[in-house]
This record gives sequence, C-alpha cells and structure tokens, in this order.
Amino acid sequence: MYPFTYHRPGSLADAVKLAGSDEAKIMAGGMTLLPTMKQRLAAPSDIVDLNGLDLAGIKVEGGKVTIGAMTRHADVAGNADLHKAIPALAELAGMIGDPMVRHRGTIGGSVSNNDPAADYPSACLALGATIVTSKREMAAEDFFTGLFETALEPGEIVTKFVFPVPEKANYQKFRNPASRYAIVGVFVAKFAAGVRVAVTGAGSSGVFRQFDFEEALSKIFSTQAIEGIKQSADGLNSDIHADAAYRAHLIGVMARRAVEAAR
Amino acid sequence: MSGTGIGARVQRKEDFRFITGKGQYTDDVNCYGQAHAVFLRSPHAHADIVSIKLDAARDMAGVVDIFTGDDLAADKIGGLICGWMIHSKDGSPMKAGAHPALAQGKVRYVGDHVAVVIAETQAQARDAMEKIEVDYKVLSPVVSMADAVRAGAPVLHDVAPHNIVYNWSLGDEAAADAAFATAAHVTKLDIINNRLVPNAMEPRAAVGDYNSGSGGFTLYTTSQNPHVARLVLSAFIGIAPEHKLRVIAPDVGGGFGSKIFIYAEETVCVWAAKKVGRPVKWVADRTEAFLSDAHGRDHVTHAEMALDASGKILGLRVKTRANLGAYLSTFSSCVPTYLYAPLLSGQYDIPAIYAEVDGIYTNTAPVDAYRGAGRPEATFVIERMVEVAAREMKQDPAEFRRRNFVRNFPHQTPVIMCYDAGDYDASMTKALEMADYKNIGARKAASAKKGLLRGVGFSAYIEACGIAPSAAVGSLGAGVGLWESAEVRVNPVGTVEILTGSHSHGQGHETTFAQLVSERLGISIDNVAIIHGDTDKVQMGMGTYGSRSGAVGMSALSKALDKIETKAKKVAGFVLEASPDDIEFKDGKFSVRGTDKEIDFASVALQAYIAHKFNGQELEPGLKESAFWDPTNFTFPAGVHICEVEIDPATGVTRIDRWTAVDDFGNVINPMIVEGQVHGGIAQGVGQALLEGAVYDANGQLVTASYMDYAMPRADDLPSYDVGMTQTACPSNPLGIKGCGEAGAIAAPPAVMNAITDALGHEEIAMPATPLAVWRAAQRLAPRAAAE
Amino acid sequence: MASVTLTVNGKTITRDIDPRTLLVEFLREHMRLTGTHVGCDTTQCGCCTVHVDGKALKSCTLLAVAVDGSTIMTIEGLAKGEDLHPMQAAFREYHGLQCGFCTPGMIMSAVDMVRRKGTDLDDKTIREELEGNICRCTGYHNIVKAIHYGAEAMGKAGTAAE
Ligand SMILES: Cc1cc2nc3c(=O)[nH]c(=O)nc-3n(C[C@H](O)[C@H](O)[C@H](O)COP(=O)(O)OP(=O)(O)OC[C@H]3O[C@@H](n4cnc5c(N)ncnc54)[C@H](O)[C@@H]3O)c2cc1C
Ligand code: FES
Ligand code: FES
Repeated sequence: MYPFTYHRPGSLADAVKLAGSDEAKIMAGGMTLLPTMKQRLAAPSDIVDLNGLDLAGIKVEGGKVTIGAMTRHADVAGNADLHKAIPALAELAGMIGDPMVRHRGTIGGSVSNNDPAADYPSACLALGATIVTSKREMAAEDFFTGLFETALEPGEIVTKFVFPVPEKANYQKFRNPASRYAIVGVFVAKFAAGVRVAVTGAGSSGVFRQFDFEEALSKIFSTQAIEGIKQSADGLNSDIHADAAYRAHLIGVMARRAVEAAR
Repeated sequence: MSGTGIGARVQRKEDFRFITGKGQYTDDVNCYGQAHAVFLRSPHAHADIVSIKLDAARDMAGVVDIFTGDDLAADKIGGLICGWMIHSKDGSPMKAGAHPALAQGKVRYVGDHVAVVIAETQAQARDAMEKIEVDYKVLSPVVSMADAVRAGAPVLHDVAPHNIVYNWSLGDEAAADAAFATAAHVTKLDIINNRLVPNAMEPRAAVGDYNSGSGGFTLYTTSQNPHVARLVLSAFIGIAPEHKLRVIAPDVGGGFGSKIFIYAEETVCVWAAKKVGRPVKWVADRTEAFLSDAHGRDHVTHAEMALDASGKILGLRVKTRANLGAYLSTFSSCVPTYLYAPLLSGQYDIPAIYAEVDGIYTNTAPVDAYRGAGRPEATFVIERMVEVAAREMKQDPAEFRRRNFVRNFPHQTPVIMCYDAGDYDASMTKALEMADYKNIGARKAASAKKGLLRGVGFSAYIEACGIAPSAAVGSLGAGVGLWESAEVRVNPVGTVEILTGSHSHGQGHETTFAQLVSERLGISIDNVAIIHGDTDKVQMGMGTYGSRSGAVGMSALSKALDKIETKAKKVAGFVLEASPDDIEFKDGKFSVRGTDKEIDFASVALQAYIAHKFNGQELEPGLKESAFWDPTNFTFPAGVHICEVEIDPATGVTRIDRWTAVDDFGNVINPMIVEGQVHGGIAQGVGQALLEGAVYDANGQLVTASYMDYAMPRADDLPSYDVGMTQTACPSNPLGIKGCGEAGAIAAPPAVMNAITDALGHEEIAMPATPLAVWRAAQRLAPRAAAE
Repeated sequence: MASVTLTVNGKTITRDIDPRTLLVEFLREHMRLTGTHVGCDTTQCGCCTVHVDGKALKSCTLLAVAVDGSTIMTIEGLAKGEDLHPMQAAFREYHGLQCGFCTPGMIMSAVDMVRRKGTDLDDKTIREELEGNICRCTGYHNIVKAIHYGAEAMGKAGTAAE
C-alpha cells in the first residue's frame, strides 16, 4: 500500500467534506478497496472511513424496503423482515463472497463500486431501486453508467437504498469457478405493473436489463414465455471462464430458473 | 499391535502446535536486525535488458542496497542448476541454458528475477523497486510448445537453437511397430495434460543470515529437502562450503514438489546477508508464487494402442512434448522422461512400448515436479487409452482392464520397471463393490430422468515411488543418490531422539516415525522426538518427495533401530550377566531366555551411559546408532479409483457424486494419516481435472496469476471420498511400505475424465473440464442424450 | 502515525502505528501472534481469519486503525491453557489438518460457523460455509468431519454461545 491519511468522520457532512478532494477515497467495508490498494493499483491520499457513521439498518414499511448504505451483506442476508418482503434480495446477499466478506462488505460499497460481476447491481436495476446519496436521489437506471462507473460525483456518498416490494422475485447466480463472482446473474422481479429482468456478470458495460424477457414475462410469467427468446452474444464479455456465447446461453438458463423459483 | 505402534490410528503429535497457532513457519522467523528483500521481476516474457538504472531507487528512504545479476557474477555466484542429465536419442547431452539467479542481459519469462532491493521494511523495498528504471528491448516470445518448435521461432537459449532441450526415447521402437502391424484394432488419442500451479498454502520464504565471526551462513527456507538445498548452494552455486552453511526448513506449509527446488530467491537472500551485513528476509506474496514457483505437468501427447481382436493389448506408442518453461529447474529434466515413460505400462501386461519425449523451452515459468511428477501424466495417458479402447471394442471397462492386468510377479515391463508385488484384481473387485458398480445403469437412468448426464470413470493406476535405488537413478542420469539416513539417540533416561533426513511438510512424520520407534523399542510415543529439517542437527538426508519418507526414510530408521537393539542387548547382557545371544527383547524388556531375569529399556539406556557394568574397551559406552538405507527397487503402490459424475448439460456443471478409492500401499503405519494423504491427493487430481489450469496469453502474460482466475478446489467443489485398502507387502524394504503421498493425485484425473467422457459419449474434451468446456462438449451431444 | 487500542485475546494494548498497517500485520509483527497466516493477496484463502467483536473477518483486508477499540480473538486465544477448545480438539481427533498452514483460519471460521448456524451441521452446509477458506492438503474430507463433530462437541460443552 502507498501511504495515506486516515479519517473516521462522525457526521455525514464531515465525511462529504473530507471525501471531496480529488485523491480521497471513501472506505466502507474495504473488501474491494483494500485489495486494490494492497496491490498498489490505487493510491488515495486520504481514506474516509464510513464506519463511524450511522448508515446501517433495514426497514420494511409501506410496500418499500429501505436499506442503509453501510448495512453488511450478512445483515441483509439474515434479516427476517426482508426475508418476508423480498426473499430474493436477502438470498442474493447470502450469495456474495464468503461469510467473512459478508461480515464486512456493504451494500453501499458494492453498488458504488459497480463491478460488472457484482450481484447487487442486478437487484437494484430489476427492483427499480431508488439510490439516495448525500445530495440527491437517483433511479438505478441513472446510477449505473458503465463498467465500474456510476453517476456519483467526487465526495458524493450513497446513504441508502429504497426497494419497492415486488409480487415475486428471484435471483439466480452462475459463479465463476475461481473468483466466485457472477459469470452470469439474473434477477427477475414481477410487479403488478410488469416484470423487470436485470443481468449482471455478462455485459461488457456492466449490469443491463433484458427487455425482450421483460416483455414476454410481463404477458405470461412462465419459463415457456422466454424459452424461444434468444439472447444475443453481442456486447457480452469473453474471458477464459466463459465466452460470450456461453454467457448468452446462461442468461437464458438462469432467467428461466429464476422465473421458476420466483416467490 | 501396541496402542501407538505400527498400524494404529494415532493422533498426530505435531497437531497441538498447529491447532494452537504455535507452528513455526519461515515467515514466523525473524532475525535481529533483519532487512527485507523484494524482487524486481520481468514484466515481459522475452526481452533483452539494455540497461538498469538504480540511482533513483537507491535514493529512496530505507534502502539498504540493491543488487543485479552483475553483482552475483562479480562474486562468482553460480547459476541455478538442473541435477539430472538426460541424453537425447542420438546420445547428445541435454541442452541446458544458463540460469542465473538474477538475470544477466536477458529475461525469459514474466516473473524472471531482474534485481533485488533490500530495505528496512518490505514497503520501503517495494517503493524503491518502483523507481528502478529498466530499459528492455522486447523480443517476441514463444509461449506454446507448437510456437517454440516452429521454424524460425525466437530462441531462448543459444545452446538450444530450436528450443529443444532433448529428444529422448525409451523402449524398443521396432518391437512396438511389429505389434501394431499385427493389431486387429488400433486406438488413437490426442491428450493434453494441463499446466498447474502447485499452490501450497504457505508461500515460499527465506531468511538469510551471516555471522562474520564464524564465517557461517544460516538460511531458513521453505524447503522439502534442506540438505539438498545446502549441497546445491555449496557445491554448485558457491555460497559457502557445506560446513559453513546451515539450512533450516522449519515448519513448512505444504510443498507438493514446489519446495524441492533451489530457487533464485533463497540463493540471493543468503548471499546478500553477507553483502549487506544483516539478515535478509523475503516472503513471497501469492502473485509471486503464481509467477515464479515451478509449475507442473504441461504435456501434449499423441498415443496409439495396438489390440488384438479379443481386447488384449499388444503394444503402445506414445509421442509427448513436455513444456519445461524458460529454464531447467532443479529436477525438471527427469520428470517427463524417467518419471514418466517407465510408468506407461500401467497395471497391464503390454509386450511392447515405445515412447518419445521432446523437452521444450518456452517463455513461461519453469516446470518441474508437482505431486506425482511424471506419473500422473503417464497414468493419464494409459488410463484414458485403456478406457477409450474398451469403449471402441464395446467391452466393459473393468473387464477390459482385468483382461490385461499383470498377474505374475515379479513382472518386467518393456520400460525399465520391474513390478515386485501387487494384486490388481483384488483392488478392482473391492472397488467395484464399494462403488456399487452393478447398479450404475439404474443410477444413469435416474439422472437422465432429471435431464442430467451421469457417467462413471475408472482409473487403475500404478506408480513407482519411494524414489530410490541410488545406483538405478544414477544410471538414468541423476546427479545425486537417493538413499535416506536416520540416527537414533537414546538418552540416559530412555527417551529417544530420532534424526531423519526426511522432511515433513504436512505428512506427520513426528507421529509415524515415533510409531515405528514405539513399536520397536516398546516405549511411549510421547518419549520419542523427531528432529528433521536442520542440516546442523541431521548430518545428511535427501528429503521428502516421491512418496519416499515411509519406504526409504523409515527403512533407514528401522535399520538404525536394529543396530540399537543389537547394542542394547550387549549392554543388557553385561547387566544381567548373560551372553547377548541369550538376551531376548520384547515389549520394551530385555530378558535372559529361560529365566525370569529382566531389565527394561530405560534401565538399559541408563546402564549404557553409566558404563559401570562393562569396561569401555569391551563395549563402547552410550546408545546411539545411525544408518543409511538404499533400497533395492522402487516401490509400486497401485489401486483402482472410480469416479461417478453427474453433468447438467444446460450449464455444463459437473458434480462428483461418488468417489471410491481402493489402494494398495503395502503395510501401513497409520491408516488415519494415509487416508488423509489419499484425500488430499484426490482433491488435487480433481482440481486438475475440473478446475485448475495455468493460462498464458499470446504475449506470455500469466492470465491466471491469482485465485481470482486460477480456480482452487474449495470444499463445495469436492465430494467426500470412500477410501478402502488392499494389501500386498512391499518386498524391497524391511517394513513392507510402498508409499501413499501421491496416489490420489495420480489416480484422480483420468477417473474424472473417463467419467465425463462416459457421460458425454465422446472423447472431445480436455482438462480442466470447466463448465464452459463441458457445456461446449455437451452441445454436440445433445442429439444422443435426447435419444436415450 | 495513528494510535490504536485493541483487546487481543483478553489483553488490551495501545500502539502508534502507520495507518497502512493491516490487522494481520499488527497481530504478527506488533504482537508476535504468528498463528494468523497470510496465504494470498486477494482476500480469498482465509488463512488470516480472526474474530473481531465476535465475528469472523479476514485480517489481511482490514486496517488496524479501522477496528480501533475492538476485541480480537486469534487462534492463540482459543484454548484455555492446555485445555483445547472443542473445535481444536476435533481437528486433531479427525485429522483435519496436515501442514497446518490453513488450520488457524479454518478453526476460527469453523467456530464462527457454529455461532451462526448452530451445533448440528450437515456436510453440505459446512462445505458451503467454507467458501472463504482454502486448504491444499486435506481435500477437505476430514475438515468437514472435524467441523461436524467439533460443532457437536461445542454444543455439549456449551461453548457455542461464547
Ligand atoms: C473474496 C471476495 C469475494 C467477493 N465475492 C463477491 C461476490 O460474489 N459478489 C459480489 O457482488 N461481490 C463480491 N465481493 C465484493 C464485496 O461484495 C465487496 O464488499 C463490495 O464489492 C464492496 O463493498 P465494501 O463495503 O467492501 O466497499 P469498499 O471496498 O470499501 O468500497 C468499494 C468502492 O466503493 C466506494 N464506496 C464505498 N461505499 C460508498 C458509499 N457509501 N458511497 C459512495 N462510494 C462508496 C469506495 O470508495 C470504493 O471505491 C467479494 C469480495 C471479496 C474480497
Ligand atoms: S490472507 Fe487473508 S484471505 Fe488470504
Ligand atoms: S493443512 Fe495444509 S493447507 Fe490445509
């Protein structure tokens, strides 16, 4: 690691101020940030640790679930109210990394990082989450702007997520055999107004919605509805673990499995 | 059997320190005043070094010194060596290019050592390393073996103009050709044995120290064979003569071959300790381990098998290209030759075998022995061939194997080995029963109903281990003898210290060696201490690899214990006033035959040192003996593993549903430890078959340089294993031990691949059979699977 | 430099450290607690697992300053003198270790697993929960067995809730 100055602000306002400088980095769980710094791939001048802020917690209320940015994956996975409201979201959190990573990593850190193979972004997009920051509210669509890219401005801190509760939903993840991140992850959410399907792991510019599946499933919510719909391999990632054709194929398989398992 | 003697499931003595966090690994060793070394590694696969500028780096905070290959050369420090001479078919010696510990003018793989920075802290060393300016003239690399031998390919070492280290052969080509001429059926197969990264969980590390008062060096290092390290560092590299160099391998966190070799880093650390006048410590991070630990396997083979109409094997022809990487690592040359081709006969009576092996240089990390070393590659060839031949001849794979099993021992194969004992039918019979093979049809049908493909695969492996006789390995080109030593020191109170040249890095010698002593001397294992891994304590030894500690190391101990018994009987004779010939030793007591006069072992020990009862001219005081053991043959563990897989053709995911292993390891000292070795070996073999593979891109960059891309087997990738044993004692050592350390890794890959190809119905898939690979292979299968 | 106070295995210590110091470095270098190991640089192997305020974390990916004020338990703190923790005893009894390098992390993870999942653990659960711990020696078979019986023993000994 390169040297840095460490800060642990006690208020959001202080955190925003400290994080405003160009070279500063916000640290939540550090599960992504610290490995990067250890390998000397990042050299922040200042680390602004959010662990002193009161940004954790899960509230289910009025057809909405609100999750604080600093809520750990393990707490999302283990929350009884959430298991009743959106079981798919709790299950997704339980599929992230390993128990130790889940004890430390946060939903805010995961979404802010927007790793193309991360799980949460698919939930945000499929559930139509609202992302609340230190200065504004954004729809998930507007938040994810590309590979590891978000609409966050320097010093802007995600504070919470608001998820509408769907009729049913499910997340299916196909793991990379080495990293265990998603090679393909498909989140299917059925609302009264229609079905939303988001795909992570596969897209070369990050998480995306599968509109063809959405349209078909909005008409009939069954695996047969999307059986014949071909996912194009264009714009999908290729690496040693999965080429684009395989990813395209898996998107279909995972989507069908998600539809079947949705509750 | 006593409670802690041979054959008992004794809990391990070493475990207490490991489970309480008190193990002492090399990274836990800190010498007063130590500085930290970091190696600047080549970012290019192939480049000339035009210049290295160190000034800016030297100015960095905390820097103690920086060295390059020129400094080593100026001190006349020799290069790293390859200790096994292989001759090509035409009789010419192998073409070994120089292997400097720090590059001299040229780098040959990504990770090659360019310079070492020594600083007060590791972070400072790293900071300074980033300031070193190296001007490289990048050369085009040869990454694959096919590229390396193409006409006009860039050349790594001038001594090897076509990047060919040797063209070696074994067996009678004419006899093999004759067998093919009469064949009713010929089975042909192209086989790839994927490149692996050993990945012992403890990364390599070294702490070098120099005492200017005594002129002695001390090197703490993660080694499987500290004496061989000392020998090489002394006699060949020229650090210091052996009596001025102490090598200590403390607790070592796994090796699997990768810690046999003498690497650049420990060489530089121990040398630099004198240069900078301070202890120098280096600890690899995992990325460095991926880049610079010697890799394993990496063969491309074409094999052909000749059969008569009944399915009897008549002959085998094998042509293999073995990737040796950019330099010849310590034992690399013998792995794809003498540790490989002599095993191609498998468990079968094959009248004619001919094998050719080309060793190839490429711009990749050096390749050397990895768990099994050559024997897994041979087993993969023969067991895939046999399985495919059985399929082509529409015979049951188990029956086909039985038809060809060797049944009479000793059996001389056409490729050097003389199998001394075994009962291959017995293992097969037991394995079939344990695996419930007769109901495989029903299980396949049940899987098919769920839309899944089930397959079963066999592997009837044999290995030659207990790597030894010195004369034999010497005649094949080894630069060292492969005996083992043991010393037994009985203390006056009757406790015993055993010094062994074998080295434990997970195998549990502190327990198994103590069990042998307990059995032989009738004392508690708590009164036995095993000392190993320190060249100042143990006089000489050859270390642990090739499943040799039991068969060779414990045999040496057994021989030394014989001498102890003989001497102790003499002491007892004086004490009991009887002739030593009338003394009996049983259950820890010496008695005079036909009388009730007796004395226990501890008392004899005391008497041996007090020496009041005899005069020192008739009998030397003391009770200490040593022995060297050089066996008469390799040992030949063999067995049958059966793997059953279930494949989801929609995703390509392969799940191992059942694993049956029946092994014949000869006599077993501690079944609990032996089973553990089998489990671990299978996991590594399954890793090779399903998950692991080192991948270099076209530029020679290692794509799989961390656990993010190199898939290590995790708990949920693996099944529980059903392990059984059969037993035929090994005639070539006094304990009848064959060795068990590598069996699983040797047996497993073909068992998995035979199961997968059984499920798929065709042979077109290579290791690792990742979901991607299986899904692709299953595409072509879809019609057949649907038709069933 | 930053001042950090940690209670490690019952002992409270305060040190001035470089903020870059990882918890594992603090434990190994400042406290000479070398039972916590480092096996990778990508936070995947679990050799470095310790308990921070009762939960298992990877000490290689945690700044010591960020856990200032916390209570840490390492492998060295698990046994009470010569009295092994039931999970340690189970690893020895069922031969859940070979080279021992992964073992401290495995045991710390296993104890945490029992805290979260209870004392009646089936093989499937154990294997899934070991996602973050890599062992190269044992093939996991005996680790799974050791955790199963270790958990059971913890239940009987009443250590599960600790
Ligand atoms: C071994 C391992 C396995 C993993 N497996 C998975 C997996 O399977 N699936 C998966 O999705 N993820 C996985 N992860 C990543 C894990 O989920 C991380 O926790 C997550 O990506 C980052 O969260 P964090 O809280 O640790 O954030 P940090 O690492 O602290 O921060 C990540 C980035 O987000 C920024 N940031 C953090 N919080 C905020 C905020 N509130 N507002 C604005 N910016 C912020 C930081 O500045 C940084 O750039 C894995 C990680 C590890 C180490
Ligand atoms: S060292 Fe912490 S996970 Fe590997
Ligand atoms: S016991 Fe060696 S890595 Fe697990």
